Amino acid sequence: MADRPITIREALSAALREEMQRDERVFIMGEEVGVWGGTYAVTRGFLDEFGAKRVRDTPIAEMVIAGSAVGAAMAGLRPVAELMTINFAFLALDAIVNHMAKVRYMFNGQFTVPMVIRTTTGGGKQLGATHSHAPEVLFAHFPGMYVAVPGTAYDAKGMLKASIRDDNPVLFVEHSTMLQRRSPVPDDPDFVLPIGKSDIKREGDDVTIVTFGKGLEWSMAAAEQLEKDGIEAEIVDLRWLRPLDLEPVFESFKKTNRCVVVEESLPMFSVGAEVAAQLQNEMFDYMDAPVKRVAAMDNPLPYSREIELMALPDAQKIVAAVKEVV
Amino acid sequence: MATPKKDTLLDWYRQMVLIRRFEERCAELYQQGLIGGFLHLYIGQEATGVGAVAALRENDHVITAYRDHGIALARGLDPKAVMAEMLGKRTGVSGGKGGSMHLADRERHFWGGYGIVGGHLPLAAGIALAAQYEEKDEVVLALMGDGATNIGYFHESLNLSAVWKLPVVWLIENNQYGMGTSVERASGAKELVRRALAYSSEDGSGMKMGPRIDGMDVLAVHDAVSEAIEHARKHGPILIESLTYRLEGHSMGDPQRYRTKEEVESFVESGPIGRFRQVLIDKYKGVESTLDKIDEEALQAVEDAVEFAQNSEDPTYEDLISHVYVD
Repeated sequence: MADRPITIREALSAALREEMQRDERVFIMGEEVGVWGGTYAVTRGFLDEFGAKRVRDTPIAEMVIAGSAVGAAMAGLRPVAELMTINFAFLALDAIVNHMAKVRYMFNGQFTVPMVIRTTTGGGKQLGATHSHAPEVLFAHFPGMYVAVPGTAYDAKGMLKASIRDDNPVLFVEHSTMLQRRSPVPDDPDFVLPIGKSDIKREGDDVTIVTFGKGLEWSMAAAEQLEKDGIEAEIVDLRWLRPLDLEPVFESFKKTNRCVVVEESLPMFSVGAEVAAQLQNEMFDYMDAPVKRVAAMDNPLPYSREIELMALPDAQKIVAAVKEVV
Repeated sequence: MATPKKDTLLDWYRQMVLIRRFEERCAELYQQGLIGGFLHLYIGQEATGVGAVAALRENDHVITAYRDHGIALARGLDPKAVMAEMLGKRTGVSGGKGGSMHLADRERHFWGGYGIVGGHLPLAAGIALAAQYEEKDEVVLALMGDGATNIGYFHESLNLSAVWKLPVVWLIENNQYGMGTSVERASGAKELVRRALAYSSEDGSGMKMGPRIDGMDVLAVHDAVSEAIEHARKHGPILIESLTYRLEGHSMGDPQRYRTKEEVESFVESGPIGRFRQVLIDKYKGVESTLDKIDEEALQAVEDAVEFAQNSEDPTYEDLISHVYVD
């Protein structure tokens, strides 16, 4: 079947629909998934198609959305729970960290937790300090769960299907400003991407840019500008923060000897910090320059547009960081 | 409610005594340094756990908080494997990785003890949702302490169970104190079962407010929980409250400055095991010798469990790293 350009929103919707058609145990629950059709319209039409048993609106109550999905998964269902934004996942932190990620280990493998929590991330929408976090790295701190951070429609579909089919719990993080981005995606209902594999999104010999999610878009734009200056950037899209696959980063680094890490998260204790530490351990002999990090400012995000954008990464900041190391 | 047969009653007595002896031995082992971490004893609350669990069918479900030894034993987990868990052995019910607070047995539909106050309540709702979703005729018994009724998880979980009409019996084991803070110092409602009203409507829909029961009377607990289970099976969630008392501290090493010796003594006299023993003696002529034999067997079962645990292997590095993920 031919690949067809669709949006990330359509890719997510297709992945959910196909997996619900494939497996009766898969159901969706969460904030406004049913009557509303999803606050980002990913599940529009699902209530009519699958009925109220499998498309379950919940109260706005994140602790029990996450926690009851854990219980349902332990008991054999395959819930896909939706939290409107990752900012609200802080309320469910205990259910996610202490229960979703730990019940299997704590009870010595007696329980499996085949569930997905879908949520959206990111700033840049003038929503103020509490609604603009991009804290997915926080959740990648904990063993026992996976963290997916797709940046294209192709990845969104293949990774969501993989997450639903896998027996481990996944926090699946979609960027709220990227849902209209379009790319070719296979129609094949068995198109599934492997879990924990990063992907080279652009080849180049001069610098390795490591990124994910919204960072991919900024990095691709930066690479175009750099190309005009004769600098070829190789872009590694991590796609998953856990399992974290840095092998392609190491391979790329052997060639470029330079690395810039781009992310929307806050800079301290970040993906950039982790990648820099691992490069320094594994690739010290290949290192021709310090690893640079481009992240959000170490500051809360404000409402007013100009100063919000000032605090976020963009292509210009990436270009500047690359030029410091090449 | 039909009165249970003699054999059944004797079995409840056996379970209660087993739990008491098990817990006393755990306290000793803790003081000897053989049990680590936190240790929350069930002494004083045996009638609630035994009476409630006895009301379940085999394919029903039970989940509880961290004061879980009594529930585990009442649900039929092998005392050897439970004691091995206390000692952190790989033969323990959770392979030595859970400890006192995290006992579970998937086969017996015992979904575990949980260390975070209220953390298991949404899990109970989810397990009930799975039963409802798959149209299984199964009920979840979710036990919690009085302290858990003040945490957000309680509200969110009970509310969702009412909205979705989930087959859950929410059972508050009101042992009068959340750690050292008494119920009246921590809760706006002194009668905790009244919280059910927050999730119910005038027309009777939503959560049913069940009874407050004498949690020191195993027969009363069994009757009330049996009725609650039938309600949950047919109509959805119900909240009940068992008034009980823990005769030991919150956990080992609790100086108990929040209550008097006299208060504790007053509950020793009305303790659940002595009371039930007297009921049995009054009901069945000449049963004392049988009860004495049960007492001895319980002591022996606990000693066997300790011996098994002490002779068991410690977990290995392989155990340390196993079951983080499904391979």
